[in-house]
Amino acid sequence: MASIFDRMKKVRWDHYIDYILIAVFALVLTVLSMTGNLKNSSAIIVEKIAISMILAVSLSLVVGFLGELSLGHAGFMCVGAYIGGKLSIALVAAMGNTVFAVIISMLVGGLCAAACGFLVGLPALRLKGDYLAIVTLAFGEIVKVIFQQSATFGGNLGLGTPRYDKRSFFIIELITVIITLAAVQNLIRSKHGRAITAIRDNEIAAKATGINVTGYKLAAFMISSFFAGVAGVLFSFSNSTIQATKFGYNYSIEILVIIVLGGMGSLRGSLISAALITLLNEKLRTILTGDLAVMKDLVYAVVLIAVVIYNNAPALKSFRDKYNLRRVFDKIRNPKQDHAFVRDDDAAWDRVPTKIKMDELLSVDIVPGNEFTPDKPSKGGQ
Amino acid sequence: MSEYVLQTNNLGISFGGLKAVQNVNLAIKEHQIYGLIGPNGAGKTTIFNLLTGVYMPTYGDFSLCGESLVGLSQEKINHHGIARTFQNIRLFNNMTVVRNVMVGLAHQPEYKCDLLSSILHLPRHRKTEYAMRERAKEILKIFDLYDERNAIACNLPYGKQRKLEIARALATKPKLILLDEPAAGMNPNETAELMDTIRFIRDSFNVTVLLIEHDMKFVSGLCDELTVLNFGTVLAQGKTDEVLKNPEVIKAYIGG
Repeated sequence: MASIFDRMKKVRWDHYIDYILIAVFALVLTVLSMTGNLKNSSAIIVEKIAISMILAVSLSLVVGFLGELSLGHAGFMCVGAYIGGKLSIALVAAMGNTVFAVIISMLVGGLCAAACGFLVGLPALRLKGDYLAIVTLAFGEIVKVIFQQSATFGGNLGLGTPRYDKRSFFIIELITVIITLAAVQNLIRSKHGRAITAIRDNEIAAKATGINVTGYKLAAFMISSFFAGVAGVLFSFSNSTIQATKFGYNYSIEILVIIVLGGMGSLRGSLISAALITLLNEKLRTILTGDLAVMKDLVYAVVLIAVVIYNNAPALKSFRDKYNLRRVFDKIRNPKQDHAFVRDDDAAWDRVPTKIKMDELLSVDIVPGNEFTPDKPSKGGQ
Repeated sequence: MSEYVLQTNNLGISFGGLKAVQNVNLAIKEHQIYGLIGPNGAGKTTIFNLLTGVYMPTYGDFSLCGESLVGLSQEKINHHGIARTFQNIRLFNNMTVVRNVMVGLAHQPEYKCDLLSSILHLPRHRKTEYAMRERAKEILKIFDLYDERNAIACNLPYGKQRKLEIARALATKPKLILLDEPAAGMNPNETAELMDTIRFIRDSFNVTVLLIEHDMKFVSGLCDELTVLNFGTVLAQGKTDEVLKNPEVIKAYIGG
């Protein structure tokens, strides 16, 4: 008995807290749904949040941990949605609208998206610089047009897909969120994840240290595409029609905004901001109707700029340090420790800020000079 | 097996019309500490880049323990046994010290773990992670970095960052380690300590060392043999004390 208790003490609960929270959330919703207290509209919002979470976590692997910018995440989702959707029509006809139909569609849709990821990534990831951003941007638009023009996939009208039961589909989705999160998090906490973050930190040194840079970039990109495809299939099951126009550039940017807001390189942050942005999106949709609907995109821009200013403005530095959530949690856990150092050997896997600075991406020069250059040693004095 | 760890045969490279390095013949015996010196722009780092596969040699070839490595990619050359450090330190800045070393250990056969067992965190993954961490700690102890093992690499003081870079290179189990100005920016005490460290790693890790350095005291105290480069060609070669007495070498260094 004591040994079990000791073991429980040793478990790093902060590693599992995300899973536990999502599972509890799913359980509560299931109970609500079974007792008939869950509104259909709420169930739909939960479905949307789950899809955003899967997209955010998978994109975070490429942008936050690999350090490559992908602007076509919605394109991979589109592939998954159409292929999985088309397959689900046949599967549902053959075996009914069951979980198995969803799972098989998810796997096939995900694999097709991963295959697209391979084709896109193979030339683009061999090059240095922002080629992946350009190629993925083009890929997203091309895929959209192909599915829009193809008669097999319904053309402009969109593809009619079987809708899974509204009152229970969010459970499948939340389980998929947990699986996605576990896969990405486990990958990052392994030697392969270390190689991926090493590439982000210093590609030249990574090569010289024996890391197969192109291979790892491609693997990370394909895994990310796979889960984007899975999210696409889930999307097709939670909507009765899918239209290619939904998977445009704006949607890719929306996912990017989610992970920027969540803090790149932080999966937990991505999850939280996926929920927030999706809720915000839903609220805005009901408030901004008619001509004002365009204003919705403006909100993303404002959010992005606000995050960039918050993360970079020198005037806010003391505020940032004081109210850094991670530091606050560290202090609660262990008030005496020097927090410049990490707690434990296997702790702080999430402590991997990204090399992509959003102000570079947006060409906003907020910081005069370069206040933080870890590369250079200090030259004497203070 | 040839008796030389590294042998280059008329190695050279030209960028467009500019012959950056030509006709370099190095022959480094096992367990040697070999120095590569020369004025700025003589092509020392270019030779390092040739030997690690950053550049493809235009002329000639080089071989490690008798096996030609020309045309292999950088990571393949590293797997064959050439590791290097950089003139401007290149660490994985956002990772902890111990993880920097673990990246170096990753490709060795005893720590093999495929992608799927990593994603699923199978027992194999746990075992290799544990073994790698223990090995990394051992290496860090040698370099006196054990207490800082959980610090973020970019927060280390300069001298320790240099050491960590060497530790990471050694973690890849090289036969030959290339050190690009290891003593740059160090004070005399740190330099003396570094000389001991380099001798120590040669013995305990059983590696051959090829280093670039400007500090003559460091070079003459440490290196068994030297090659002096000037304008991309070999000016002198041989035993350290003989080379340093060579009037040509003195002329190239001091000028006039």
